[in-house]
Amino acid sequence: MSEVRNREAFDAAQKASTYEWGFTSDIEQDFAPKGLSEDTVRFISAKKNEPEWMLEWRLKAFRLWLTMAAPDWAKLNVPPIDYQDAYYYAAPRAKPTLKSLDELDPEILRTYEKLGIPIEEQKVLAGVEGARKVAVDAVFDSVSVATTFREELSRAGVIFLSISEAIREHPELVRKWLGKVVPTHDNYFATLNSAVFSDGTFVYVPEGVRCPMELSTYFRINAANTGQFERTLIIADKGAYVSYLEGCTAPQRDENQLHAAVVELVALDDAEIKYSTVQNWYPGDENGKGGIYNFVTKRALCQGRNSKVSWTQVETGSAITWKYPSCVLAGENSVGEFYSVAVTNNYQQADTGTKMIHLGKGSRSTIVSKGISAGKSNNTYRGLVRVGPTAEGVRNFTQCDSLLLGDKCGAHTVPYIEVRNPSAQIEHEATTSKISDDQLFYAMQRGLDQEQAVALIVNGFAREVLQQLPMEFAVEAQKLLGISLEGSVG
Amino acid sequence: MLKIENLHATVDDKPILKGLTLSLNPGEIHAIMGPNGAGKSTLSYVLGGRPGYEVTEGSVTFDGADLLAMAPHERAAAGLFLGFQYPVEIPGVSNVQFLREALNAQRKQRGEEPLSGGAFLKVAKAQADGLGLSMDMLKRPVNVGFSGGEKKRNEMVQMGIIDPKLAILDETDSGLDIDALRVIGEGINRIMRKPDKAVLLITHYQRLLDYVRPDFVHVLAAGRIVRSGGPELAHELEREGYGALAA
Repeated sequence: MSEVRNREAFDAAQKASTYEWGFTSDIEQDFAPKGLSEDTVRFISAKKNEPEWMLEWRLKAFRLWLTMAAPDWAKLNVPPIDYQDAYYYAAPRAKPTLKSLDELDPEILRTYEKLGIPIEEQKVLAGVEGARKVAVDAVFDSVSVATTFREELSRAGVIFLSISEAIREHPELVRKWLGKVVPTHDNYFATLNSAVFSDGTFVYVPEGVRCPMELSTYFRINAANTGQFERTLIIADKGAYVSYLEGCTAPQRDENQLHAAVVELVALDDAEIKYSTVQNWYPGDENGKGGIYNFVTKRALCQGRNSKVSWTQVETGSAITWKYPSCVLAGENSVGEFYSVAVTNNYQQADTGTKMIHLGKGSRSTIVSKGISAGKSNNTYRGLVRVGPTAEGVRNFTQCDSLLLGDKCGAHTVPYIEVRNPSAQIEHEATTSKISDDQLFYAMQRGLDQEQAVALIVNGFAREVLQQLPMEFAVEAQKLLGISLEGSVG
Repeated sequence: MLKIENLHATVDDKPILKGLTLSLNPGEIHAIMGPNGAGKSTLSYVLGGRPGYEVTEGSVTFDGADLLAMAPHERAAAGLFLGFQYPVEIPGVSNVQFLREALNAQRKQRGEEPLSGGAFLKVAKAQADGLGLSMDMLKRPVNVGFSGGEKKRNEMVQMGIIDPKLAILDETDSGLDIDALRVIGEGINRIMRKPDKAVLLITHYQRLLDYVRPDFVHVLAAGRIVRSGGPELAHELEREGYGALAA
């Protein structure tokens, strides 16, 4: 009997997470030759009109990568990846620089409309007095094809460019910080990214400036067999504040696609960066066929006193997720936060978490991780809290909760705690629970169908994390969890 | 309104209901009393459509429709409300959010427009006031940290907001002190004592019936209705116990 009840919850969860956005745009591609060699690296660099130093930087990374091996310590079963059987650069044929959205390829606009990304609406909103604004630097495949709100940002002194543009226009800033948080030799995937990154975002917020709007980039993979190697660099100078939103959806594909992004954040004295992600890459089908391999290196350097970085992520997609957004808390009294919801279903595998490296006196960190496993999936939280010998008065609070749907999935919690200073206060709490039949029936008796009931309960479970998201994103995130929370009046 | 005929039901293959027959007409309040293990809660779950409660024989119609063919949420939308003996906690989901979603899900099934946030809050506040629950309580997660009495009041607030045709209240009086009992009794009368509504009160004790006067009282024992009568039957049971009746 209980087998039957579990099955219903299981089926509902499966149905709730069926990938809705599997469609493909027909955009002509400008491919780099298939495969990976020094020529590929040179092709990409040439396509980007990069200066010589950048090419050298890439080549150095590429040569190093050839000597490295993929990490195997995660609780992931990764099929062998043939790096020669992929394209490393694809650009839409549309003109690379646009004055307005009107110049955008209508096919791309339609794709965004299908996704429900309201670029047009945001433009309208931007004209409204007092309305909050969202700047969209739309990354379509590998090249930024639309950049809006640039003028208002530049009036505030904020530099918001594609990384390629930044390399050409602000080489001094890029050279100073690129690879300083995630060095080229950091790990296999970061090194690969350093060699072949095709595009991404650069943000610089000058001293004392509060960025006048949320910055948002929507990523979307749209070319078969094209790996995505985004590179993001965000610098908040002294006393600056910026909130950056990153969202990903991808069209349905049969072949596996590699995604290896690198994100580097730098916060100087009294600066704050809020980085939010909704990740919905194609997870593969119900039998585990296809799906994105997502190997991401995200790290923040809280270099300044009282600096703060907050990572919030909602991870629902990808066949394989390997991702640990981390904070190096070097500054005195610096603060690191990590809020995560990771959902796995069918044959998805996620090994995700964070590292909080406490080096500065009085530095504090908070980790809240919510893992939701369904189907035959495996969901692992892996987190490191390290306190250096000279870091006095460090505090950390970690909470890891796992929710299981069905009885064929796995939830794993792997905390690493390394404390070299006796004054540190470290707390770790962990729970594992299942959606109960009582909860499901109660919600259904009040009028919700099973899918809605599961969504509601899951959303409640993830609430502490979801409420960290900026309003603009919370809605999309709740949708992704299969939940309608419109006009929440709580 | 509700017509139960020769209902047989099993839980984990164990027969619990063994030929139960009962009819409720609009405007009527029926009380079902009986000893522990008689099948009272099973009856409420079977009517609500809880998975795991298998009907093996008999029929139930609700306003002429085959109730047993409907999913739990369809029964709710058709106007059936189940007051739980042990209301369930849903962490992280506020009562307001839960009820608004539930109510609008019902309205959608019935082809009605959803209720706006403002209109909903007005209804919710009126019902909460009527049962002595603050709006602050309604903004807290569903039943989390609520006392036993607060949970039962919350069930009645939910019933008031959902405004069902038929309420099946499973031991709504258990665990209540005298004052709470009166508030809840008044709530049931206010919300459900109407010519087009009906109530099935499941209870062990006579005391709730001092506040909610039933039109009919039935005794459930060993999975069947063994005796039916007027309100005086409840007093007789209180005096003499179930033993004599079940024998």
